[in-house]
Amino acid sequence: MAHVHESNTGRIWKVFWFLSAVTIVEVVLGIFKPESLHMTNVLGTNLLNWIFIILTLVKAYGIVWAFMHMEGETPALRRAVVWTVIFLVIYLVFILLTEGSYVFGVFKNSTIKWNF
Amino acid sequence: MGATVTSNSVEKTWNGGNEPFKASYGKLMMWFFIVSDALTFSGFLAAYGFSRFKFIETWPLADEVFTHFPFRHGVNMPMYYVALMTFILIFSSVTMVLAVDAGHQMKKSKVAFYMFLTIIGGLIFVGSQAWEWKNFIKGEYGAIETKGGSILQFVNSKGERIKLEDFADISIPKEREQLTRGKGKWFEEESSIPTYSVEQIQAGFKSHPDLLVRTEVIFSEETAKTTIGAHPTLNDKEFHTKHKTVLTREQSEKMMANAHLVVEGANLQRNEYGSKLFADFFFFITGFHGFHVFSGVIINIIIFLNVLLGTYEKRKSYEMIEKVGLYWHFVDLVWVFVFTFFYLV
Repeated sequence: MAHVHESNTGRIWKVFWFLSAVTIVEVVLGIFKPESLHMTNVLGTNLLNWIFIILTLVKAYGIVWAFMHMEGETPALRRAVVWTVIFLVIYLVFILLTEGSYVFGVFKNSTIKWNF
Repeated sequence: MGATVTSNSVEKTWNGGNEPFKASYGKLMMWFFIVSDALTFSGFLAAYGFSRFKFIETWPLADEVFTHFPFRHGVNMPMYYVALMTFILIFSSVTMVLAVDAGHQMKKSKVAFYMFLTIIGGLIFVGSQAWEWKNFIKGEYGAIETKGGSILQFVNSKGERIKLEDFADISIPKEREQLTRGKGKWFEEESSIPTYSVEQIQAGFKSHPDLLVRTEVIFSEETAKTTIGAHPTLNDKEFHTKHKTVLTREQSEKMMANAHLVVEGANLQRNEYGSKLFADFFFFITGFHGFHVFSGVIINIIIFLNVLLGTYEKRKSYEMIEKVGLYWHFVDLVWVFVFTFFYLV
């Protein structure tokens, strides 16, 4: 088992403060919702939502890398876990959000009203 | 494996007798489980995104739904409590990592202390989620469901939300009464009927001429073009914020003629906040997540007791803390995504 035995508490607390700071930024933006971000649309949703999604991915990276100690594992294990989830999820989400928008268009513009 | 793969080193790694990923069986299996569970949650969240995109113009606004804070009755505090819950879970993740770290140094009392803090954090989170559910199920203002299945909410002439109890005309007798075992001839029972009947609400609406109806539709440039009867002053014509459409009194009365049910609070079939799917997905996804947190707390308690008993000292390894820590961080990770897609976005 490739693990060091010295204490990493300093780094652990640093990552905690980083995650807390990112969360505070997200919450503040979520409460105030600045108009310039909230009402500008890019690629399907507004800029504020894109900021939330990117910050969430940053937090996920911090948790997996530092807290779950992925940084200490072999590259093969890292890739087997992370690439699987990332590629499958991106693919699935792309399909479902595209289809969802399409169905919204059908409900709005045509005569079908039942939930198909 | 690197660029210089020879069949010899491939054989040495993969022909058995060693650990190809340099991790123990237990840890690898925990990662395996985490990947499968992550894909399950991704499936749920993707389904939520699908449903939400289908009804993107009528989905409830999170700031209007999650407004409660403990010991602050009647105060509108959107987002604060769920932000606090997120911090509690992150903090319990930190104490978990500190427990793992102490385990590497074989310091039993430190491991026990940090595991204890993690368990407390987990219990506070589950309790908080239960409290959020309670408020969500109880509801606050109440609404009417039309024959077409849309939700109508009520505002006064200033645009402030009004509760059903503030204007319902209770002098009109309710036709239905709650059917219980004692009253039904064939030992029947039913889910609770709302406090007010449709007739009471319709009569109350008629006798309060300053009341207006608020629809599910978000007032935006596209929807403003096709909305019939939008109120001329109470809707933000410059589109500075996202809000639901308020109708004129005349259009409100037309909509009230279509009233079909009184909806108070939320269950899996319908809810007073908007689309029927909203509450369904909320309960399902946060319920699944809450169940994972709860099972994580139970597992943490078992491991905590084992730490106290000295099981891992005897084993000369605290790797179990690491494995359980992986599960706990996974639970935190899922919450980070649920928090974003239900409350922020």
